Amino acid sequence: MANHEHISGSFADELEGVKNKLLEMGGLAEQQIKMAIEALNNDDKDVSKEVISRDDLVNELEVNIDEEASRIMALRQPAASDLRLVISVTKISTDLERIGDEAVKIARQVKILRQEPRSRTNYAEIKMIGERVSNMLRAALDAFTRLDPQAALGVKIEDKHVDDDFAAALDNMRVLMAEDASVIKSILCEIWVLKALERIGDHACNIAEQVIFLDKGIDVRHFSSAELRDLLAS
Amino acid sequence: MQSHTIDIKTLRSSASTTDVDKMSTTIVVEGLNLFYAGANQALFDVSLDIPEKCVTAFIGASGCGKSSLLRCFNRMNDLIDGCDISGKITINGDDIYKDDVDVAELRRSVGMVFQKPNPFPKSIYENVAYGLRIQGINKERVLDEIVEKSLRAAALWDEVKDRLGDSALGLSGGQQQRLVIARCVAVEPKILLLDEPASALDPISTLKIEELIYELKNHYTILIVTHNMQQAARVSDVTAFMHLGKLVEVGSTETIFTNPNEKQTEDYITGRYG
Repeated sequence: MANHEHISGSFADELEGVKNKLLEMGGLAEQQIKMAIEALNNDDKDVSKEVISRDDLVNELEVNIDEEASRIMALRQPAASDLRLVISVTKISTDLERIGDEAVKIARQVKILRQEPRSRTNYAEIKMIGERVSNMLRAALDAFTRLDPQAALGVKIEDKHVDDDFAAALDNMRVLMAEDASVIKSILCEIWVLKALERIGDHACNIAEQVIFLDKGIDVRHFSSAELRDLLAS
Repeated sequence: MQSHTIDIKTLRSSASTTDVDKMSTTIVVEGLNLFYAGANQALFDVSLDIPEKCVTAFIGASGCGKSSLLRCFNRMNDLIDGCDISGKITINGDDIYKDDVDVAELRRSVGMVFQKPNPFPKSIYENVAYGLRIQGINKERVLDEIVEKSLRAAALWDEVKDRLGDSALGLSGGQQQRLVIARCVAVEPKILLLDEPASALDPISTLKIEELIYELKNHYTILIVTHNMQQAARVSDVTAFMHLGKLVEVGSTETIFTNPNEKQTEDYITGRYG
């Protein structure tokens, strides 16, 4: 990516501005996941409500970022790395908004789970996968800030582990439901939470793909891991 | 010597607007150096292949040599005292700098349009018929036919068909530029050189010229020099970026404007200090 200064300082400021807004949105999405898992662990109704109400802030940032990106495209006609930056910012903001929605889905389960007998899982899988996807999101956003495609590749690889963990957790849930019918409702809620976390991992992965696009100018959304490794090694 | 060749296959896959089956290399430039009087070198070892029936745009800052290069293709630089050229340019395999080349014939087959429209102080009809009359074509029926065909090709016919006898100088700037293009087209060139053809025109006339370029590339190989990068992006299939007399990069316009290979190209098209 070009690292010389723009001749037009105001254009550089606009690009920096939209980038910063995206990072602000990323920070908010990270917080939403953290609070949603916390609310679940602590049976905390208030925190879960807060997660639900703060989703408006995430949505608002998405709209702001898209407006700003459209404005830059219309008025500045960005090219090359600037164009890729604007495109990837709008794509990433969509993923962050969806991550916000997943956090809300998790928070909504708190209310139901509070009224049901707690299963034997003690939310172990949820905590583990929750931590994994939170780290993935942080790593993807860091990779965006530092324009580090190798770190982005790391996120893609980590997603495979999340998918495996998710599959293993589902097997476990099936066994628990077969053993004790009284916890079926709570287990179903936990499955909803796990699915939301797995989706957050997918969105973090999408963000990582945008980082590689931004740096290399190649759309890697449908690349296999081997193809990605070859690309980044070249 | 760094040779720039364009991967026609790649271009074919990206150039949805071009009749891609017709693409093949028509102009080959090899190791071209150009000196103006006083050993002032304007072009340094330029090599590239230019595909047929495509629009190739030359972009770069003022003084980068893009107009000098364009003028090499119809030997307009021969008219400048002290101008010296080394290297080779072939058009369809023929070396255009060989001693026995008929330069007048070359300029007929390689037409040129300049920044400022330069119609002759004659009627609209006579402007278009001029080149034909010089070739000895005087039959009214033949002239009428070619004048109409050329004005239609230049998307001007409907605007002037009822006043062909009026002075060309009474046309608007955009119409005059299209008339000049019709004048070029009348003598059936193979190649059109456009040197900033729309920079003196308003946005609507500019769009008409761009639309015309889009139509004309079905029949001609078009080379355009422009300072307007968005124009290059809009009208060309291939873009060549020049800097200080050197050809830095040439490739499909899509690649140059989305993911160029060279840092200098990237800096130029994104408006950064090079």
